[in-house]
Amino acid sequence: MNFLPVFLWTDLLLFLLLAVCAGYARHAARHAHLRAPWVRVRQSGAGMASATVLTAFTLIGVLDSLHFRPALDAKPGAATAVQYSVEVRSVLDIALQAVLGPLSGKSEKTYSAPLATHGFSREAREISDSAGTLRTVRDYPRLVNGGAHLADPLRDRNADIAVHAARGLAFACITWLALAFVILAVAEGGADGGVGQTWRAVWQGRTARPWRAILLTLLAICLIAGLAATLGSRYHLLGTDKVGQDVLTLALKSVRTALIIGTLTTLVMLPLGVLLGIAAGYFGGWLDDLIQYVYTTLNSIPGVLLIAASVLMMQVTIDANPAWFQTAVERADFRLLSLCVILGVMSWTGLCRLMRGETLKLRELEYVLAARAFGVSRLAIIVRHILPNVMHLVIISAVMDFSGMVLTEAVLSYVGVGVDPSMTSFGSMINAARLEMSREPMVWWSLAAAFFFMLSLVLAANLFADAVRDAFDPRLSAQGRRRRLPTQAAT
Amino acid sequence: MTAYLIRRLFYAVLILIGVNLITFWLFFKVNTPDDIARMQLGAKRVTPDAIAKWKAERGYDKPLLYNGAMEGAKRFTDTIYFEKSAAMFALEFGRADDGRDIWHEIRTRAGPSLAVQLPVFIVGLGLNISFALLLALFRATRFDFASQVFLVAMMSISSLFFIIAGQYVFSKLWHLVPISGYADGLDSFKFLVLPVGIGVFTSLGGATRLYRTIFLEEMGRDYVRTARAKGMSELTVLFRHVLKNGMIPILTGVVVVIPGLFIGSLLTESFFGIPGLGSYTIEAIQSQDFGVVRSMVFIGSVLYIIGLVLTDISYTLVDPRVRLDG
Repeated sequence: MNFLPVFLWTDLLLFLLLAVCAGYARHAARHAHLRAPWVRVRQSGAGMASATVLTAFTLIGVLDSLHFRPALDAKPGAATAVQYSVEVRSVLDIALQAVLGPLSGKSEKTYSAPLATHGFSREAREISDSAGTLRTVRDYPRLVNGGAHLADPLRDRNADIAVHAARGLAFACITWLALAFVILAVAEGGADGGVGQTWRAVWQGRTARPWRAILLTLLAICLIAGLAATLGSRYHLLGTDKVGQDVLTLALKSVRTALIIGTLTTLVMLPLGVLLGIAAGYFGGWLDDLIQYVYTTLNSIPGVLLIAASVLMMQVTIDANPAWFQTAVERADFRLLSLCVILGVMSWTGLCRLMRGETLKLRELEYVLAARAFGVSRLAIIVRHILPNVMHLVIISAVMDFSGMVLTEAVLSYVGVGVDPSMTSFGSMINAARLEMSREPMVWWSLAAAFFFMLSLVLAANLFADAVRDAFDPRLSAQGRRRRLPTQAAT
Repeated sequence: MTAYLIRRLFYAVLILIGVNLITFWLFFKVNTPDDIARMQLGAKRVTPDAIAKWKAERGYDKPLLYNGAMEGAKRFTDTIYFEKSAAMFALEFGRADDGRDIWHEIRTRAGPSLAVQLPVFIVGLGLNISFALLLALFRATRFDFASQVFLVAMMSISSLFFIIAGQYVFSKLWHLVPISGYADGLDSFKFLVLPVGIGVFTSLGGATRLYRTIFLEEMGRDYVRTARAKGMSELTVLFRHVLKNGMIPILTGVVVVIPGLFIGSLLTESFFGIPGLGSYTIEAIQSQDFGVVRSMVFIGSVLYIIGLVLTDISYTLVDPRVRLDG
């Protein structure tokens, strides 16, 4: 199939960020002192389990960031160049279409409950009875795609769901076993003893890396994916929304928005916070006063209000320059990018204060004084002596901020200054769900889907952040980690 | 002390001027009043006349900073900056798009906002500190571990879910309290119970974890070991030493948010229909009333800066080691 690749700004920046992370990982792997804290992260069960979940989410996000415009079918005999559709699609869309079939898109008319075969509300339609006269009846219409393969849905549905669920779970277990064998063979292949001994060690939690936690998390992911693949290609696993969109697809598409907000904001925030913080702490004097003044001023403006004001202003700019964007997706993407920039500009102040305080401390240490006495230039001192010694704080705060940003996006979308309305995000799903909750009977599945996906993403991010902080915080030195506080006996 | 306070107040005024300039830049320089007029009028009715009329009605038809057409001091006073931005220092905010006086609205709406936020603040602080103390007492036990898991999960749930779930369970399912609304005086109790409860619940995760860390850090110090060595019971150590010393960072940390309680909470107020400043702001954002948003940014900053000054004062009051005269 012909296609025209589309590189959205957020895609490029996301890939840049991944490249930076990969480069850092290569660099860290070669230096023992940089590797040490990551080794500690790798030993943490909760940390690695959450990292597994995050990897799955990142995979979804990356697939959804490979965009292209499919070619339109050329009219036979036409000599014109290939025309491309204005609709921008992503690899994830194609993958979902391949797995879920026609159920992945907008396939029903309106709401339908999870795993339903009939619509959610009654509809009037005309049927002809045995005498051949037309009658109007009001009943629940059969769904176009959900459970369409069943001849008699009322009788066969439950058995069919059970069969396909069992098939999905069995398929998931086989996949998981295969994955687990490959992973353990690669990672623990050097260990003495046979396969059985390795598995026993894993099961009893005796391995150096917490393989038990990783593999159990992987099993959970596999089971969910298996169910989604087998049931999701026959029913709407999480129902459909107001316009008949599959909620499972919406939730998966929201993952990218959340990831972009969480990571690109950091990309904006880090250079500002680190550079200004170190400059303020190291040089002092009027520069310090100025930087402190700027961040106190920015801090004193209520965050949501300043973001709202900036986004409103950005919207004015976007509306005033329609020529900048070729497709609606590009316009939505620009708004997402500017939201990240605005959030980043708002949130560098905390990191900056931290950097400044730490640099003030480091500046007076002997090795910096020695470097200064040897006549090392100030720039070289900052790059070679200060920066490496504040990096742990940078990493901790970058990881810790991620979950906060994802939660902020939901609030901003509710306020009406979040992502573009055409872009799916957890915030827009929750926002739509507010009205659905007041319906009778209640439409609960969109909210439940958003809740489940958002909780698993943010919880994983929080747990991972905790593991990273525990591993990097120098106050918990190697000794301190073992020397616990005296535990409390019964009082 | 007095000299220090005067210096801090001077600094506060300087920050306020900075805020004022940022908002001016954002609202008038990044996008000129012409752009805003075009957006508010909509694509169909945009004519140069309509824009000129829209600007004249709101007083936006003047130069931004310097008016060359006028004489003397009027060159600087008859400008958008002076009339729209500098006037905010005198609490003159002008009128909202619906014609009401913004300052009057702010004064009447601060009450309901405070009626929600003050109980959330006090109850929340008490609850979080008690819970954190309990966790510090039972540190490294199963109870501590289970609570930690619970708190991380609480932190990971968006406050939107708490509000939606709370409204569904308590108002729709059990009919205990009205779903939204507000009344003055004692009648307000039934309207306030749920928003306050949810507000307290939402703050539980992050705050309790922070306070627990503070208390645990305090417990590792030498004076605690000395107290234990003297034979004091664990509870006495906890309440007489750890609590008192741990309260210093906690209290000085929360002082800064106290003035901000007037501003209210955007989410709570708009979900529960409380006519406070939070819902005022959210309505202004959604109807793109820039005058109101600008005023609320200013008011919010003023309250935050008051909080900063109060924090400085509270340091000197609560911690006798801090001497600010030098």
